[in-house]
Amino acid sequence: MTGAILFAIAIAALLLAVAVWVVVARTAFTATVGFIVYGLLLALVWVALSAVDVALTEAAIGSGVTGMLLLGAAAQLRATEANVESTSLPLKLSAGILCVLVSGGLAAVMLDPPAVAPTLAPEATAKLSATGLGNPVAGVLFAYRALDTLLEKVVVVLALIGVWSLTPDRAWGGVPGLRLYARPSGTLTLLAQVLPPVGIMLGIYMFWTGADNPGGAFQGGALLAAMWLLVMVARLQPVPPTSLGRLRLLVTIGPFIFLTIGFAGFALAGSFLAYPIDYAKPLIVVAETGLTLSIGVTLALLVAGPAERSA
Amino acid sequence: MDVATIFGLCGSALVGLGLYGLITNPQPLRKILSFNLLGGGVFMLFGVVARRGAAAGLGGDPVPQALVITGIVVAFSATAIAVALLLRLYKETGNISLSPNDPEKADTHQGKP
Repeated sequence: MTGAILFAIAIAALLLAVAVWVVVARTAFTATVGFIVYGLLLALVWVALSAVDVALTEAAIGSGVTGMLLLGAAAQLRATEANVESTSLPLKLSAGILCVLVSGGLAAVMLDPPAVAPTLAPEATAKLSATGLGNPVAGVLFAYRALDTLLEKVVVVLALIGVWSLTPDRAWGGVPGLRLYARPSGTLTLLAQVLPPVGIMLGIYMFWTGADNPGGAFQGGALLAAMWLLVMVARLQPVPPTSLGRLRLLVTIGPFIFLTIGFAGFALAGSFLAYPIDYAKPLIVVAETGLTLSIGVTLALLVAGPAERSA
Repeated sequence: MDVATIFGLCGSALVGLGLYGLITNPQPLRKILSFNLLGGGVFMLFGVVARRGAAAGLGGDPVPQALVITGIVVAFSATAIAVALLLRLYKETGNISLSPNDPEKADTHQGKP
């Protein structure tokens, strides 16, 4: 048994224990804390599976931003936890049997892999130099499967429209109900003053290096979102009203630039989202710059939620 | 037994655990948590498939990896909408019960906020 296998077994055991904790924990708040730990452990799994790009995304979005969203909700819903109707034993038993069957089926598939594992890695690397990118994952996201990436950006904006449309009439266009903490001169204020310069630098670096190394628009954008939320939660910057024109511009500019480049592809390279060979890298960088900004702002606004007070 | 297989088994178990929590836990917020747990397991199975597809000098097949990155962001978007719906329901009714047939029982337990 090598060190890598022992490490994998340890992480897998820990992950399962935390997952059980998330399911059985008594309060939603502790379950959410467990979920954040689960996300961070999952990021370690991704490193062990040689997928550092995914590890960064999982840590930043799957654990960090999702965790913050759910912690806020758990705190607001704490009063509703007293009157939970418990699930009947037969239902629990039959659900347990179903879940064991599902897990068993998946495990059987995992234990019996095809003799030659299907892979697109050779195809993905073969044409990568034409895009000017060094990171094959970025190549898939922005060249081979750029349409998926574009649609996903649209999904994030649609989600924000969905969240905002839950605004009560009286608060429309007002300030989101992000929970603000911070007493003056608290630890949070200090953190919110010290961390953002570093975090913003790191976010920009992560977006920039994403072309050749693990990183990219999602991970960089999530860091920017975290820094902005930190500054708002600590009351160093006001939460902007959702009717603010600049804010809406920032949300849409990334998908807009990406779409423009996509349509320009018809004229310049013969099809939607195709890049002319000589300009592939600069065009991808322009698209990613807009997307990093839009993702950062949109993720933060999704966590902040719909408007609750009129501006 | 290699690293990928261990995580393959772990991911399978996580899918089952998440599904169990989703079915049995009556609280909507806990269902959202369980659903994310389930999603994490599915992503992990994808990661195992990617790892087994290691070729051309890469540690894994970049295509499933890129899909998982997209998936994580979409899962977050869906979670944000679910949470917003839940909080709005709570603010409107003072209750977040999902059972359709006992509004009276729910009202006696919980007044409006």
